[in-house]
Amino acid sequence: MILPGFIVSLMGGGILAWIASQKSLVLTRWISLLTVTVNLLGALVVWWQQPGVSSLWLLDYSIPWIPQFGISVHLAVDGLSLLMLLLTFFLGAIAVLISWKEIQNRVGLYHFCLLWVLAGITGVFLAMDLFLFFFFWEVMLIPMFFLIIIWGHENSRYAAFKFFIFTQASGLLMLVAILGLYFVNGNQTGNYTFDYFHLLEANIAPGVAMWLMLGFLAAFAVKLPVVPFHTWLPDAHSQAPTAGSLILAGLLLKTGAYGLLRFIVPLFRDQAMVIAPWAMAIGVFGIIYGAILAFSQTDLKRLVAYTSVSHMGFIMLGVFSFNELAAQGVVMQMITHGISTGALFILAGFIYERIHTRDITRMGGFWKSMPFLGACGLVFAMASLGLPGLGNFVAEFLTLVGAWQATHKFTIIATLGLVAATIYSLRILQKVFYGTQASATMLVDLSIRERFIMMALVVSIIWLGLFPQPILNTSKQPVKTILEVPDTARTKDKSMQIEIVSIQGKGGRYE
Amino acid sequence: MSKQDLLSIVPLFILTSAAILILFSIAVKRNHKVIYGITTLSLLADIIFLAVAEGPATWTVEPLFIFDGFGKFNLGLILVTALAVTMLSYAYFEQREERKEEYYILLILATLGAGTLAISKHFISLFLGLEILSVSLYSMIAYLRKRERSDEGGIKYLIIAAFSSAFMLFGMALIYYTSGSMEFGAIGAYLSSLPELPIIMMAGFGFVVVGIGFKLGIVPFHMWTADVYEGAPLPVTSFIATVSKGGVVALLVRFYSQVNGYQYNSLVVIFTVLVIASMLVGNFLALRQHNVKRLLAYSSISHLGYILVAFIAGGSLGKEAVSFYLVAYFITTVGSFGILTYLSDKDRDAEWLDDFKGLFWKRPWTATSFSAMLLSLAGIPLTAGFVGKFYIVAAGVKGNTWLLVIMLVLNSAIGLFYYIRIIAIMCEKQGATDANPSTLRPSIYLISGFSVAVLTVALLWVGTFPEGLIGLIRSLLSP
Repeated sequence: MILPGFIVSLMGGGILAWIASQKSLVLTRWISLLTVTVNLLGALVVWWQQPGVSSLWLLDYSIPWIPQFGISVHLAVDGLSLLMLLLTFFLGAIAVLISWKEIQNRVGLYHFCLLWVLAGITGVFLAMDLFLFFFFWEVMLIPMFFLIIIWGHENSRYAAFKFFIFTQASGLLMLVAILGLYFVNGNQTGNYTFDYFHLLEANIAPGVAMWLMLGFLAAFAVKLPVVPFHTWLPDAHSQAPTAGSLILAGLLLKTGAYGLLRFIVPLFRDQAMVIAPWAMAIGVFGIIYGAILAFSQTDLKRLVAYTSVSHMGFIMLGVFSFNELAAQGVVMQMITHGISTGALFILAGFIYERIHTRDITRMGGFWKSMPFLGACGLVFAMASLGLPGLGNFVAEFLTLVGAWQATHKFTIIATLGLVAATIYSLRILQKVFYGTQASATMLVDLSIRERFIMMALVVSIIWLGLFPQPILNTSKQPVKTILEVPDTARTKDKSMQIEIVSIQGKGGRYE
Repeated sequence: MSKQDLLSIVPLFILTSAAILILFSIAVKRNHKVIYGITTLSLLADIIFLAVAEGPATWTVEPLFIFDGFGKFNLGLILVTALAVTMLSYAYFEQREERKEEYYILLILATLGAGTLAISKHFISLFLGLEILSVSLYSMIAYLRKRERSDEGGIKYLIIAAFSSAFMLFGMALIYYTSGSMEFGAIGAYLSSLPELPIIMMAGFGFVVVGIGFKLGIVPFHMWTADVYEGAPLPVTSFIATVSKGGVVALLVRFYSQVNGYQYNSLVVIFTVLVIASMLVGNFLALRQHNVKRLLAYSSISHLGYILVAFIAGGSLGKEAVSFYLVAYFITTVGSFGILTYLSDKDRDAEWLDDFKGLFWKRPWTATSFSAMLLSLAGIPLTAGFVGKFYIVAAGVKGNTWLLVIMLVLNSAIGLFYYIRIIAIMCEKQGATDANPSTLRPSIYLISGFSVAVLTVALLWVGTFPEGLIGLIRSLLSP
């Protein structure tokens, strides 16, 4: 029951917060903070109780939803989902905290949207029914759209539209692919179901499977984003309010990466192998391209957004290397990038609150007036460039070691990306914190609330860098299964497969 | 005529007698409230009768009508929608026209016409239904005589509808000439005895398609749509967009499946081209509209395209998808026009995008339900439109009509833009605050507000728990 509890409590908390805003805005903020914190604790408890080494699926929940189509509310959590949940609630709590002072108008609606985005993301990470997955995939969009358009910066309408249309159009392609998979599997086995575990055993003709995979890939590639489809990202990230940017960079992008691992690799392993060289090439291109563009930005938030493009290239590279090390690196990258990039966006937000510009040519010398902020900036710039001892190093190192086994030339180019990362990260530091004091007025250093936020992030990124083993333990088994699944499925006797399906078949039948 | 025959056509009787009753009632005394009450009650009685009347699953009243699950479902849908339109009409006409009573006669007659279409299986009943519907609509569109655009719309519709009826009659004549029958089943039987479609029959089908195309407003027969939508009084617009089109869709599905249209490649190709053109043209023209009525007109063209995707895909799933999408589309369309009605004031309809500026902060509830409607039109989850679109894509994928499915996906993405643009405008900061528009007694708006609320709840309910509606459609449609 705890799994639907996560989603329902977020949705309910959102509604409650909205209602509470009639009475008191402080109450609204506390309600949403409490909701997310309770969820975070819940996820931590699940993590604590089950170290995740022994069994693959920790919790499972399923009730029928639209039985005529074989659709059920099927939620399940394995190590990978659990890690993503922890990240979601952690960043969610921080998102509530940074909005404490920043958001002053329509607070109730704001927290409603915020919590519903989180609910959608949680659903995406938990759904084990493809229809349900698509459903949550879409649920994330609408509140995010409102977050950008209502509380965003000067050009928010353009950014919100672009974000919405890109993700929605690619999502619809995924819907078609999901339905294709549904009917292919249904025609074969007679069991029409959207259930992930049944569809894993579907035997699809290679030609069809290629098209279906491309449908899925479209959605994930836009969300990740992979380079030709990345243009929505800088606009959306730079125009969104700070919490919006944090959630976009920290969580929404991860749903794309999660989709690659959870759906593309196990469902269409052979086809993914076929396109792997191309995918890795695009990923590596994205690493370099994102880094170059990041270097040439003057808008601080836009700059950070392009570093995301660069970092997400590593995920493409890692996923399509098809080995455990690289995949572990990908999981690590999802978490550490969420924290480090999120932190950079928060820093940009803090600076914006103080000097009301995102233009880095008008910044400089902030270390003097805001040493605490400067120190935090230093930590996360270092994290972004992959300094050992911080989480991102572990992630990128694992990815590169894994990728080396798959391809030498791409790995070498990807390593150059680290050099480029050094250049743009140091540029942030140099332009923003060093140099001559740009602002005439004395700037106030971080408040206690802001310090608390930054400390939470700093501690977690250092912890991830020094002791990554708990994370790696948790993700080991799921990652292994994801990479292995098709082999075991194929060696099974086919008649037995059908038998299993018919015994387990809970989903409805069509015709 | 047997007892069961009579019982079957009671729904039509109720409508005709209601129309006559209103006529007499007006002769005695003009009273808007009484007339409105009679209309509502008779529609309600009709719906209840349809829901509770027991009888065989399929019953034919030879040679004109067939009462099967599909027919009953569509008849019921038409009646419920007509009821919703009636609810919205009261406040709208109360503040406008001095002679408002005759409107309800026309409304009931138009409903009768659309209902006849949904259950007819013969060219005669088809044509009767179509003409009753069209003739009532001419006057309904031009009902607000003092408005120029209303007159223009009425005359435009008159000319085009007469024109399309002529096409249709000619097509029917050609089909009759070849097959010697005017009954759908007999035509189908005759056709199946032939190796291929005779050329004259083909021409006949072509003309009928032209006639139906005009009524549905699909491309390239869509020219009248925007002007008529814009000119007609808002409740009438919602009626045209839903009831009149729904009746024709039901007719098309029945006619096509009875004559086995799916086996003729040339017909399928014709429909595919029409559908793709409708989706593209509808969406692209909607992109640049600043008038919400016109925007919804163009969007309705593309939605008819979506419905016909499921129609072309065929099979039982296709039929279900058409039925489901009709329900979703009706709720949404009546709801959005209902909100426009609700926002309109005495002098003009709320139709320009500027009228919606900052609506979220002026009237949060209205804006929220309008957003829900728009999101449903765009096909976003938690709304009926999403499940409907899902159903259509499922039907398309099952029928292997990949080209259409891909076009539908592409068009949904285009369509998103103009729907969310309205939402974005509603979110914008409020400009100069105008004084509240002069309203009548607030109690009058209660009915409209209540209907819009009901429609919004229905929209969300069907979107979240579609299993009940799917079950109903399946049980009615399964032979």
